[in-house]
Amino acid sequence: MLWPLFFLMTAIHAELCQPDAENAFKVRLSIRTALGDKAYVWDTNEEYLFRAMVAFSMRKVPNRGATEISHVLLCNVTQRVSFWFVVTDPSKNHTLPAVEVQSAIRMNRNRINNAFSLNDHTLEFLKIPSTFAPPMEPSVPIWIIIFGVIFCIVIVAVTLLILSGIRQHRRNTKGPSGVDDTEDKCENTITVENGIPCDPLDTKGGHINEVFLTEEERLTPL
Amino acid sequence: MAQVSELGQLEDGEDERPKWDNKVQYLLSCIGFAVGLGNIWRFPYLCQTYGGGAFLIPYFIALVFEGIPLFHIELAIGQRLRRGSLGVWMAISPYLGGVGLGCFTVSFLVSLYYNTVLVWVLWFFLNSFQHPLPWSTCPLDLNRTGFVPECQGSGTVSYFWYRQTLNISADISDSGTFQWWLFLCMVACWAIVYLCVIRGIESTGKAIYFTALFPYLVLTIFLVRGLTLPGAAEGLTYLFTPKMQTLQNPRVWLDAATQIFFSLSLAFGGHIAFASYNPPSAVSALLFCLCRNILSLINEFDFPEQSIPRDDYPTVLLHLNATQPERVARLPLKACHLEDFLDKSASGPGLAFIIFTEAVLNMPGATGWAILFFGMLFTLGLSSMFGNMEGVITPLLDMGILPKGIPKEALTGLVCLMCFLSATCFTLQSGSYWLEIFDNFAASLNLIIFAFFEVVGVIYVYGMKRFCDDIEWMTGQRPGLYWRMTWYVVSPLLLLSIFLAYIILLAHKAPSYKAWNPQYEQFPLKQEKLYPGWVQVICVLLSFLPSLWVPGVALAQLLCRQRQKWKDAQLESGLKLQNGRHC
Repeated sequence: MLWPLFFLMTAIHAELCQPDAENAFKVRLSIRTALGDKAYVWDTNEEYLFRAMVAFSMRKVPNRGATEISHVLLCNVTQRVSFWFVVTDPSKNHTLPAVEVQSAIRMNRNRINNAFSLNDHTLEFLKIPSTFAPPMEPSVPIWIIIFGVIFCIVIVAVTLLILSGIRQHRRNTKGPSGVDDTEDKCENTITVENGIPCDPLDTKGGHINEVFLTEEERLTPL
Repeated sequence: MAQVSELGQLEDGEDERPKWDNKVQYLLSCIGFAVGLGNIWRFPYLCQTYGGGAFLIPYFIALVFEGIPLFHIELAIGQRLRRGSLGVWMAISPYLGGVGLGCFTVSFLVSLYYNTVLVWVLWFFLNSFQHPLPWSTCPLDLNRTGFVPECQGSGTVSYFWYRQTLNISADISDSGTFQWWLFLCMVACWAIVYLCVIRGIESTGKAIYFTALFPYLVLTIFLVRGLTLPGAAEGLTYLFTPKMQTLQNPRVWLDAATQIFFSLSLAFGGHIAFASYNPPSAVSALLFCLCRNILSLINEFDFPEQSIPRDDYPTVLLHLNATQPERVARLPLKACHLEDFLDKSASGPGLAFIIFTEAVLNMPGATGWAILFFGMLFTLGLSSMFGNMEGVITPLLDMGILPKGIPKEALTGLVCLMCFLSATCFTLQSGSYWLEIFDNFAASLNLIIFAFFEVVGVIYVYGMKRFCDDIEWMTGQRPGLYWRMTWYVVSPLLLLSIFLAYIILLAHKAPSYKAWNPQYEQFPLKQEKLYPGWVQVICVLLSFLPSLWVPGVALAQLLCRQRQKWKDAQLESGLKLQNGRHC
């Protein structure tokens, strides 16, 4: 059923609609990929709808309000479902410029897609790129917010630690200077660490090895 | 504790050593310092550079004959002499004091680039708090008709890493500008490091329970997930069939030996290697490659949709090539081999980031997993970073450079500030290449040299018998034959031979690096380039300067001794003259 109509069309407008003709565009559909089991068969009625959609898009262009469905020509339909189309002017002698067709299709791409239940990937117009929707981006990137939070926490913690260190230092310097007679007591108490008396450990060494070191050699002369 | 620190300030030069609350804390801290980014970041990329299974063999040998004996020596001598890294060497022999200074220099260099890796981890952590994750999609190009071409060529994850994180330049001599987002993260990282180092061991001893154990939980989950996905078997067989030719390359042995210094645990390293190899993503990449080729064929020849099943692809391609070769030749068909995807284009310092971010994308609840993973990685690196900073700060305190009045907090703040200013060079566009240089040259050779001197110094200078007596006194057991054999012979010999092999290798072949160049014909593969002359000079300086402390200090000590002897001799002759006069 497809083929007699196809031959009729090519008989009348053989020169205008051809693969790689001037102002012709190739369309490729991937119906099975998009719809799976619910895929419809591509027949002449679907082609009619396609031509109607293209004519509709062209009618929206100023100056081209008189475009009819018969002005849209399809050719070389394959099993892939791909075909070429051109839009002719009312005299049907020459085709409309590619730039106009391109901008018209781009403006109405969404409507055309929806008519066939397809999207930009499954209904491809080769040489007519589609515009992607911009991604949602907040005014301040999220990472800066998290960074700000963490950095503030760190600065506060550092400040607190430094202040507590300074306070402890001041308390230490005030403490021993006021009490001289308890110095002996201090030395006695400190010798017990973690329940182990220090003196036996001292005699085993673990301190400066006197055989090798003199006072000035403790630090490496640089 | 406060009283002890008081005593420390009263007695001149006798520095207090802070203490662990219990043995478990000490053990976990050791694990925490030993297990760090070296396992998760460095090991997988080394493993992959040398083809998986083959790398594990020299790693295991190096672990048994070098890593564990050295670790034991360090722990024992540190515990016995109860001094920091500088004091220990002076205590063993004044001529070996240079080893301590050299270790201090290497710690400084390592902490610079180690913290830069933490900066990257922090960046990923901060970017994980959104859905969908920023590395899951490509950004759109200027007129919003498609994706950015660089991203289309390389894949979303690689693009996010190389372009949106590093903004990498195509050549190391092209330094580019400072990347302000990395700079900010670096400020935060060094502030966090300063926060941990102010207080020292007392606070991290508590945190270590979490930071040492939690990573294993998360990584085991990753491993289990990877193993249960299809394609795991192929990936693992590929990982386990070693390529024996790689063992003949001395660089493999050097890298295995130095990897020991970065991560002491074979089990952990292997664990990560499996997880990082990520065979399922390789299989899905293979399927994607096949599908893309099939689609090209269908579109070109206008076959019906889905008419070529994946298995028939080779026969169909052959048939078409025979009948219409010109049309087939015009198609951009890529060869799809599983090995190519397992030998992925991701390599070098970015490997761990690319592999793990890709793995996270495929998991349900990707945002939560990403936050968990990068948070864990950050704490892991931080605990190791703390060890590095102690290696820098403690010698400075021991040397007593700053006057007494200035508190310890000021010194650590100054050190952190100096490190931060030096490390800002890694936030340049060529920063990643410089980091690779530091990683390859600053650490490797010097650590081998210092390890050699450590073993020789403790065993031969301090004395094997005295050392064994000390260990017996500390632990109640004398070290067995394995320890004595490795300490006496095997470790020094192994280290020396690796060192010599590396010198020969370096002289033989100029070092090269892999650059990310979008203009390269084989993009997304990385372009192999040679280092320019001035960079090679820097590499050599990095490799040898820290080791020069050893002969330098030994020479200085020798001169000092000679001068002392000469002075003593003069004094003696002077006294004799005096005595002679009296008598």
